[in-house]
Amino acid sequence: MGLEGQLTGTFVGTRLSDALNWARKYSLFQYPFVTACCGMEFMATACSHYDISRFGAEIPRFSPRQADLLFVVGTVSHKLAPVLRKVYDQMCDPKWVVAFGACASSGGFYDNYCTVQGIDTIIPVDVYIPGCPPRPEQVLDALMMLQEKIQAEPLEKQA
Amino acid sequence: MSKNVLERLQARFADQVEETHSNQGDDTAYVKRDKLVELLTFLRDDAELAFNLPVDLTVVDWYQKREPRFEVVYHLYSTTKKHRVRLKVRVDEDDARVPSSFPVWPGFDWFEREAWDLYGVRFEGHPNHTRIMMWEGFEGHPLRKDYPINKRQPLTTLLGEQK
Repeated sequence: MGLEGQLTGTFVGTRLSDALNWARKYSLFQYPFVTACCGMEFMATACSHYDISRFGAEIPRFSPRQADLLFVVGTVSHKLAPVLRKVYDQMCDPKWVVAFGACASSGGFYDNYCTVQGIDTIIPVDVYIPGCPPRPEQVLDALMMLQEKIQAEPLEKQA
Repeated sequence: MSKNVLERLQARFADQVEETHSNQGDDTAYVKRDKLVELLTFLRDDAELAFNLPVDLTVVDWYQKREPRFEVVYHLYSTTKKHRVRLKVRVDEDDARVPSSFPVWPGFDWFEREAWDLYGVRFEGHPNHTRIMMWEGFEGHPLRKDYPINKRQPLTTLLGEQK
């Protein structure tokens, strides 16, 4: 049947990305960049009631070099923005960012002189979670959306 | 007791106290800034007054509502006499400065830096007269009523501005 002819590089490559993305999406090491009250909801999500480890993201890493998922949880001021940028830059590819809550997504109601109006003005964001603060169910939903996105990514993720 | 504070202050600094009022037990005195340090030292050291606790120091911006524009407000408390007083010093926009109260109460150190940072009132004689909340290079004083409400001064390069 000429099966060898059909086993092209494209075919093998696609399967490899599926396997690799499957491994990536279930072993997310998070860096919790927690600045405000949303942190309580993040803790609730991470702890046993909602148990984020069911989704393969149970290990927080407090070094950006060991993390591949940046949770920006809470309000970011202009004074803090260079720190956030540096943390993001230190993370190795592939890496993903979740804007957790209204403040991280848009500045929230802090429409003022000192607050960054959404972290997507500084770093690229993959998933936004609305809410002030969001419930843990929303966080888990966002995590599953991110996993879907990771699964669909090409082998070489562009930073 | 409460009237005693204002009476003692007026008796000692008759030419410095512009006006006083008492409302619901809260005493307020508008004073001039000329002998402010001397006046504050008297409030601290006088045996009857003994204001040993600097509670708060802030500024009110009466932009386009009153002249002169700014009021520097001092809140003081005595832990031994259990009484309070509020002092207000009026300063003009073109001459927004008062003598520093740091030599009298070192606890007002950061309060004065905050008032300078956000309202732009100078506290002459402060040992470290720098911004405390906003960063070096920040332009203007953001709690002034004429600071543009949408003005942003980002410290990092924004994503859309790169290359």
